[in-house]
Order: sequence, then structure tokens, then C-alpha cells
Amino acid sequence: MKLDMAIEELHRSENHLVTVLTSMSDKHKTDHEVFHVCRDMAGWSRTHVAELARRGRDFGLDLDAEASEDPGVLAAVKQRAAELTGRRATPGLLLLADLRHLYREAAGTSVDWELLAQGAQGAKERELLDVAERCHPQTLRVARWANSHLKVTSPQVLAS
Amino acid sequence: MRIDRIAEPWGTRTPYGPGEQWPTRVDSYLADGLTADDVDRWVQSATILHSNGDGLDIAVKDDRIVGVRGREVDRVNHGRLGPKDLYGWQANNSPDRLTRPLIRRDGELIECDWDTAMEAVVGRARELLDEQGPSAISFYTTGQLFLEEYYTLGLIAHGGIGTNHVDGNTRLCTATAAAALKETFACDGQPGSYTDIDHCDVIALYGHNMAETQTVLWTRVLDRLAGPNPPQVVCVDPRETPVARAATVHLAPRPGTNVMLMNALVHELIAHGWIDRDYVGAHSVGFDELEKQTRAYTPEVAAEVCDVPADRIREAARIIGSAERLLSTALQGFYQSHQATAAAVQINNIHVLRGMLGKPGCGILQMNGQPTAQNTREAGADGDLPAFRNWSNDSHIADLAQVWNVDPMQIPHYSPPTHIMQQLRYVEEGSIRFMYVTATNPAVSLPELARIRSLLSQDRLFLVVQDIFLSETAQLADVVLPAATWGEKTGTFTNVDRTVHLSEKAVEPPGEARSDLDILIDFAHRLGLEDKDGAPLVKWSDPEGAFEGWKECSRGRPCDYTGLSYDKLRGGSGIQWPCTDEHPDGTERIYVDGRFWAQPDYCESYGRDMVTGAPVEETEYKALNPTGRAVLKAAEYVPPHELPDQDFPFQLITGRTLYHFHTRTKTARAPQLHRAAPEVWVEMSASDAADRGFVEGDLLEVTTPRGRVRAKVRISGIRPGVLFLPFHYGYWDTAHGSAPEGDDVRAANELTLTDWDPVSKQPIFKTAAAQVQRIATSTGPAPAPTTTGSAPVSGQVPPTTGGDDALAHEHVGGHA
Repeated sequence: MKLDMAIEELHRSENHLVTVLTSMSDKHKTDHEVFHVCRDMAGWSRTHVAELARRGRDFGLDLDAEASEDPGVLAAVKQRAAELTGRRATPGLLLLADLRHLYREAAGTSVDWELLAQGAQGAKERELLDVAERCHPQTLRVARWANSHLKVTSPQVLAS
Repeated sequence: MRIDRIAEPWGTRTPYGPGEQWPTRVDSYLADGLTADDVDRWVQSATILHSNGDGLDIAVKDDRIVGVRGREVDRVNHGRLGPKDLYGWQANNSPDRLTRPLIRRDGELIECDWDTAMEAVVGRARELLDEQGPSAISFYTTGQLFLEEYYTLGLIAHGGIGTNHVDGNTRLCTATAAAALKETFACDGQPGSYTDIDHCDVIALYGHNMAETQTVLWTRVLDRLAGPNPPQVVCVDPRETPVARAATVHLAPRPGTNVMLMNALVHELIAHGWIDRDYVGAHSVGFDELEKQTRAYTPEVAAEVCDVPADRIREAARIIGSAERLLSTALQGFYQSHQATAAAVQINNIHVLRGMLGKPGCGILQMNGQPTAQNTREAGADGDLPAFRNWSNDSHIADLAQVWNVDPMQIPHYSPPTHIMQQLRYVEEGSIRFMYVTATNPAVSLPELARIRSLLSQDRLFLVVQDIFLSETAQLADVVLPAATWGEKTGTFTNVDRTVHLSEKAVEPPGEARSDLDILIDFAHRLGLEDKDGAPLVKWSDPEGAFEGWKECSRGRPCDYTGLSYDKLRGGSGIQWPCTDEHPDGTERIYVDGRFWAQPDYCESYGRDMVTGAPVEETEYKALNPTGRAVLKAAEYVPPHELPDQDFPFQLITGRTLYHFHTRTKTARAPQLHRAAPEVWVEMSASDAADRGFVEGDLLEVTTPRGRVRAKVRISGIRPGVLFLPFHYGYWDTAHGSAPEGDDVRAANELTLTDWDPVSKQPIFKTAAAQVQRIATSTGPAPAPTTTGSAPVSGQVPPTTGGDDALAHEHVGGHA
């Protein structure tokens, strides 16, 4: 049984997704939709981290239920930097790069959920499967948002 | 009979019972003691200072507008008019109308001729098109022009220039109505009729202070309430509005928690089996998901989050769940709040769950705020493509390109239209460099005004403002184009319940002012916009020609106008679309027998993710809803993005009052309306005031992280912990013109935050954390009306009255 490894890996990637989302939010504070939606979606990943930590105990894991976050000072610095460059055009390109990065991270995490769900089914671990069924759609929504926001943002950035 | 309609905004009751015809009552107001005998001619039109679309005739004497009279034959108002209609027309005759174009020279706006102004506008547009392309150009319009003008504007922007940056101020007002309808029915279009008020046994008003925003519609409700077998009323509003006072059950949730409340209501309906399972099974998809999504939202959970008693939520659910004919309406309390679309969609869900659509008394009115907002949406001036075409359906684009005779590639359809808040972001980073604003005042109406002013006054932005007064926004412009307004030009417009009215030209516009249609066509011709055969892109030169063009564009689409004509609209009542050869008298009810416009190849939208706003892809939608049923969809509750804390302990909401419209450009120029609500005020609950020792009329400073506003306090029936500021008051009638100076700060939007609903992109005006401090003690009551949601609950406040020059005529049962 290697489900513990799958849970641990997913806990790590959801944790990372929280960091990617909050950091992206801070860096693009002047892009208000990015700022707020990334924070809302980070909330999903925080719940996933907590759920995985709770379920992990059944598999002998001692995982942190709290997602590791940027210290407040660093977040504030990123937000301030975003405000200072808000009148310039370069953040548009950075946003595209960050959206691309987020898409890849969310897609990777989504595959991890796929693996966990398959493993849970194979091992007939109903509660673990429930967690996957609750959380996986939200991770997919993050990937979809990143993809769709790339589509919305790129024409203006690339054509002007 | 003469009656002061400032003191009595809804006039005299004409009670009626369920299923009966609403009695007529003809309201009129003529200035200067004139009587009907003095009037030279009456010219047909409809009301323009709200969305209700009440038919009226304009009185003309000596080629001046001298008054108005409601049209008895009109299906919408049966002769009635509201206070804004009775007095608001006086703004047309205001001496400070713009009468000549203005151009900025050495920092100052100076008068010039039309050639100079138009060449400057066209020259800059051409320069930017050559240098950067259409991504440099944006258009921001309104909900107050006519259909013909929107259609022409959409054609110029999308088909001619090829920019994706087109939006209307409907984004602030009605975007969520459209978005919610698109989520549930995959298409815009109101599944309700005003006559549903005549038939219903329950009316639920969600964040909709109908008494103040659509006074004549509320008059209809009041007349039902005064008659036999009145409907029960459910009201959701954090303020004690006239609607709340008339309600059977009033729920006053914490701002920002509407989704929690709505999820709980739907939870109750499902838990008690108050749903029509046959209808749901035959005509919807997504029930299992909805049930799962709302399972955890018990009344107790919602009571905790919303701070509303659980029993009251149950009572509201029971009334809604046992209704036989349910009418629901919604407006800004939902649309301008956090998770706007997710909350508004639950209203649709209730009607699908209960099978209450397409039958008398069973309607949804996802309201509009503005008179012609429906046309902004349907004619393609809010960025959506004309006639509810789907931007992500290539065959719709090909079809539109054929109607316009342009290359499909010319019409931007690679992503959703750029909404105004995103346009401003592009202005901020410098990629939009030309903005053409028609008939709206973003320098007062958009959130976080300090930011808006700094964006719009940048040198690198060429700002064109087309308006009838020198608004705060016009004062920041590079070129100001003087426009004609209602009564000075001909066109059509459509109200919330799809009723199309013709509004005829009654008088000439002042000075050199021109109709918006003429100006737009001139712009297109000077810019040399052509179709793919080299002929002029805009093929009409007058309103009727534009209307005929629009009819062709609407053929076969949900909002089909092909059965209408100017002649047909003359003389009688307004007519509801769709109106075709098969339905020559229009269509009162859509979605009869569960037939929707949601088929994948026909629908306007595949929907969006309810939390992130990401558009649903075509393949996904086809799999979900292959046969075009109603879509049951719900979202989890997400806490508001700015919550009160120790430093900012209040939640600030902004809103409107009965006597004013938008930024008061017209209503403050009508003396009776101005006097009824002359200055900004702030509302606070009695308990919050008592805690701080504040009394009625104390001068307060309200502060948020964005700014501050000074206003006298009205102690009202608002829920504790919440402050209310009317958003109408800007600076055009202060000494400083376009911006605050010193302590003279009164625009509510100095305080609001830049945040919007990811689905509808509607800015959020109703969840900002705020603090207050007293600046000076009271010298008299706050300048807030006593007749409305701002009614005082303490102190000696004289009632709001209009005086002698506010006496209007009222004739119950017939002609004036």
C-alpha cells in the first residue's frame, strides 16, 4: 500500500499551490480580479491541505493541517511592488508567465488527485475517495481559470 | 385631483384583486400653471429616468417641453408616472446644457465648431489605429441612449474598428441580471411580465427596493396589497425600505452574505419537497449537483453567517415554497454585492425547482436600473454581440459578419468583451489610449474615485465625452461633444419586461447639440469605416433606418423585432418582444412549457464558473445540456473580500433614493427633486448611534482605506453594523467642479473598493469596511427624505414635501 506516499505528495503540491496562488495574488495586486480570485482559490487549496492532513492520520502520516504561507512582510513587499509598477506595461507579460506557471502547477496537482482517487478506489478506501471527489474538482477549476484568464489577457498584452 | 407627488411618491391607491385588470390612473404635470388646453401638441414617448418603461406623452408649447402625461393605453403603467418622470423633464430646458463642442487647448476646454472637434477625435483614433491597432481604442456607453444608437455603436466598434473593448455602464447596473439569466437559461431575456403582479400570490423581492427604483411598478404592488386577496411579500434587504415595511417577512442579512442566505432558502425548498419533481426532471439539468451543493446550508448555518433568525429564514422558505404563483424580482442589493451572480442565479433556481415559469403570475424579473439597459445588452453595446449571439460560437460570428457584410475575422470573438473595470486596467497600464464615453459619468459612478480620476486625467489617454451637461467626467475630457437627449431625438427603447416603446422627437436640441446617432454616424464616415465591398459600413442615416437594420440583425434570434415597426409602435401601447410575423402582437410570456433558448447551437452563452468566472467551454456545455434545458447551478459561499475589523468596524453599502437618478445630472436640475434630497447623508442604526452618542443630523466623517466622505447622519431603520451612503452626489454643483477639495468630500465612491463579481464583472458597491467619527454636532436633521428607505426613526424631522410647484394632476379611471 503506497497511498500514504500519494497523500504526502498531494499534501506537498496543494501546499505549493497555496503559495503559488497567494504569491501571484500579491504580485498582481493592481490586477484586481487576479488579486481576489487567486485568494479565493487559495482558500480551496488550504481546505485541501487540511483535509489531507486529517485523512493522512489514518495512514500513519503526521502532516501539517495549516498551509505554509508567505510571511506577511514578504506579501506586503510584493503588493507594494505591484502598485509601484501598476502604471507600466511589463506586468502584463509577467502576468502571462505567472498564469502559465499556475496552469501547470494546478494541472500537475490535478493529476496527483487523479492518482489518489484511483488508488483509493483500488484499496476501497471510501473516505479517502470522498476527499478526492470533493477536492479534485476545485483544483481542476483553478487550472481552467488559469487557462481562461490566459485567453482573456493575452490578446491585449501581445497585440499592443 | 391635485396631489404633491414629492410627499406622496406613489399617489392614490386604486385597489384591485388577483386576476383583475389594474385600474387606470392618469398622472400629469404641466409647468407654470399651464393646463392641457394650453398645450400645442403631445408627443409620444416613455419614461427615461428608471427602467420601468412607462408610456408617456410629452407636452410641447411654443416648441418647448412644458410637461408630461402618462399614457392610459400603455400596458406598463396604465397612465401612471413616478416623481422623477413628472418633474425630471425640466432638466432638458436647463440653461447650462452643452450647446457647442469643446476641445482642450493649453489645458482648458474651449468652445469650437463640430469640424474641429470631430477631426480631433477621428485624427487621434486614426493615428492610434495605425500605430497600435484596435486594442488602443475603447468605448464606454450607457443604459440611456436609444436602441438605434447602441446598435450603430456596436457595429462601429466591433464590425468597423474591430475592438473588443466595448462596454456600457450597464456593467454597474444590470450586468448581473444578464449573467444570471445566461447561467440558468443560457440566454439573456426576462422570463417575466409586469402583469405577473396582477396574478401572483407571493412576491419575493431580493435586494430590490422597488418602491424607490421603479415607483410605478411598486404602485401596482401597493394596489394589489390594498385589494382583496393580496399577495404575501418576502423582502431581503439590510435597510428598512418601504418594501421591507410592506413585507410579510423581512430578512436583513449582513452585507456580502446573500449566497449563504439563498443557499439556505433552496436547501429548505428541497428538504421539504416544495419542488415540482416532474418539471425539474423534464426541463432541467443539474438537480443532483444543486442538492449536493446546498445540503450543508441549513437555516442555522445561514442564521449564524447572515445574522438573520433561523425561524425567519424558514418562514420565508415556507411562503416561497407554498406559493401557487410566485413572482421574484432582484436588483442592486444582489447585483452590486459580493458573489452577485451566484446569489441571483439561486432566484432562477427557485423558479425552475418550483416549475414556476411561463405562466401568469409565475415570473422572474432580474431587473434593470436604467431605461434602455435592455437595449445596451441586446443590441451589442455592452460588449455582448447583437441579438444575443454567442461570441464563442463561430457560426454566430459568421452569421453576424454576413448581416454586417464584414470579414468574420474583423469581429473580435477570441475572448469575452473587455468590461469597463478591465478597460480601466488597460488604461492604467497604458495600452488603451483612446476612450470614447457616451452619456455616462464614470468619474462619479465607478468605485474608488481617486483612482478613476487619476486614470482618466492621464495625458496619454485621449478621452472623448459625449453628454448633455459638463459632467465631472466631461471636465476631464480632451473633446466634449454636446448631445441631444430624450425628447429631442427619435428612437426606441425596451424595458425590463421586454416592452418596446417608441420615443419621438418633440423639440429641437439646444444650440448645436446633435443626436448621439448623428454623431456616431459622422464619426464612422469620417473614419472611413467600410464593409468588405468598400461601401460605407453604417448604411443608415436616420433612426428608422437603424431600426430596420437592427430588425434584420435580430431575425430568428430570441429578441426578434422583425414584427415591429415605428408605425406599429405609434398610437397605442408598447409591445413586448419577440414580435414576429407569427406573433404580430408580441409575446407576453417566454419559456412556456419549459421551452428555452438554451440549445448549444442557439444559446447566447455556455455559462461560467460561479466562483472563478472562467467561461465554460463549448464541449463541456454540450455534454452537460445537449437538449437545451434550464441549468440548475449553485456556488459555495465565499466570505467577502473586505471584512470589518477593529479599525473599520462598519460595513458600508451605497445605494439610491427615490428622487434622484445616477449622478443627478438631470434630477438635481429639477427643483422639486433637488429639494427633496439636496445633499448627501449617511444612514446609521439607532443602536449604533446610541453607542456613540450620535444624534440625528450630526456631521460625520466616514472613512475607508480608500478615502473619506463627510455627511450628516440620518438615524434610520438600517441593520446595526451597516452604514448607507447614497451614491448620487458628485461635484459638478460644488465650487470645485470635478473633484473634492479640502473637507468638501461627498461622493460615496471615494470609499468603495475595486472588486467585482468574477462572473458578471459587476463592481461591488456593498461591502466596504468603514469607520466613522463625528466632526460637528447637529444643527438640524440630515437632508434625507422621510418618505423612503431613509425615513427617520428618531428626532424631530419634518416630513418631505414638495410644495406648491410639486402639485401634479391625478385622474383615477381615465383621461387627465
